Amino acid sequence: MKKLSKLYLAIVFIFLYSPIVVMILISFNAGESTAHMTGLSLRWYRQMLSDDITLNAFRNTLVLSSVSALVSTLLGTLASVGISRIRKRRIRNAVKNVTNLPMVNPDIVTGISLMLLFVFTAQALGRESALGFGSLLIAHITFSLPYVIMSVLPKINQLDRSVPEAAMDLGCTPMQSFFKVELPFISPGIVTGLIMAFTLSFDDFVISNFTSGASFETLTIHIYAMIKKSVKPGIYALSTLIFIVVMTLILVYNLLSSRDRRER
Amino acid sequence: MSNRRNLAAYPHIVWSALFIVAPMLFVLYYTFTDGAGDPTLENITRIGTSNYLLIFLNSLCMALIATVICLVIAYPLAYIFSRMRADTQSIMMVLIMLPLWMNFLITTYSWMTLLEDTGIINTLLGYIGIGPLHMINTPGAVITGMVFCFLPYMVMPIYSVMAGIDPRIIEAAKDLGCSDRDVLFRVVMPMSISGVISGITMVFVPSISTFYISQKLGGGTFQLIGDTIESYFTGTAINFHFGAALSMVLMIMILISMGVMNRFGDENEERGLLK
Repeated sequence: MKKLSKLYLAIVFIFLYSPIVVMILISFNAGESTAHMTGLSLRWYRQMLSDDITLNAFRNTLVLSSVSALVSTLLGTLASVGISRIRKRRIRNAVKNVTNLPMVNPDIVTGISLMLLFVFTAQALGRESALGFGSLLIAHITFSLPYVIMSVLPKINQLDRSVPEAAMDLGCTPMQSFFKVELPFISPGIVTGLIMAFTLSFDDFVISNFTSGASFETLTIHIYAMIKKSVKPGIYALSTLIFIVVMTLILVYNLLSSRDRRER
Repeated sequence: MSNRRNLAAYPHIVWSALFIVAPMLFVLYYTFTDGAGDPTLENITRIGTSNYLLIFLNSLCMALIATVICLVIAYPLAYIFSRMRADTQSIMMVLIMLPLWMNFLITTYSWMTLLEDTGIINTLLGYIGIGPLHMINTPGAVITGMVFCFLPYMVMPIYSVMAGIDPRIIEAAKDLGCSDRDVLFRVVMPMSISGVISGITMVFVPSISTFYISQKLGGGTFQLIGDTIESYFTGTAINFHFGAALSMVLMIMILISMGVMNRFGDENEERGLLK
């Protein structure tokens, strides 16, 4: 059984990582092809790191994902606390169902519905275009929210109600009981929500495709535009760099948190 | 106390009204109007009279297959993870999440390199005397791409529910005479239904509406509903009104299937152990 599950893990991970391995290999290609290696070189890395448009798109994506992840985590955590305390089942379900719409709805529908809202509003206000950083940020917060709530709300529901009540019986104010008892208990859910919101936003292409304008280009939009023309290993070089940065961050985070655990 | 805590949900409710409900109303508005803003039903009737129904059916089949494959792969995976040491568990989840950080435009393109007739897989197969197999531009290639892109979304919710199961419950089941098999089928499975349901939602919806994967790995040999909708919003033949109508139909189709699923899930949850 042990061996069988190890073999199974190996197969799944080969499946999940083979495109990434291909990407990394070809990013070192000396030639212009993305299908065949003709030698090793760093030319695509040099080219990417001197390309202002790409670097700018990368910066834009970082700013957008961070802001949208923070705002949606804050809104979503507050919302989860509120939703869990709505007594009337019908109202609670109504709020939950509306919240889940962007998750249940295909991204493409969320994207075009927001696009129609922005386009219509711009027309009504007589502005040329409402699509830019603002529309992207609104869109990203909106589609991240249900994922944050989905990770936080079950944690709140898992918490035995009598625990915060006990804290209050022992003299905590409701606020203290929330910050000292409930928040530490639900914090893994909040962290998961934050990471998910950031990942989704960083990786999003579909909704951004419909809600971004010419004034603010994210990385995925930039990559899509590049792929439409012709694919050079340069894009792979860029993705490899992102991959390495992300992997380092996650490793550092894991090391820190495991040391943290040991110290306690 | 409870009244004041309700207030916490208000910013979110306002946000939802402005950016979830209102945009939906705009989809409705565009669906039932023409270019001049006059009311019309033509956009809806056009869907029923042409090959659009076939496109819908095609997309539905592909998405169902991809979802089932994801579930079959993810469920044992999540179970294996949930029984590992805590440290290993978090490393495994990081490894599952990492591919999500790679832009799917890029990884889909990598899959092209892998699946091509003269691609990497066929080269490798050639060494052991098999093939070449024709894989690119087939429905199988598109489904491979979908499973790759959406598998982590199936693993995450199932794993998090399984990891949340109190180990004492499993111990208790064993004390009461359950075998490992019984533990899996009679304790873990009923308790993980909610994770499975969110996993199915998270895979099925993006699968049925994808438009990039099918273009690249399907090679334009067949059109999915996502491709069709996108072409009316960003392509050369822009028609917001007909595009909105197609999205409406897609949305209703998904909402109905999810409604059925959630009803099924609620019933199961109420019969569960920890409610």
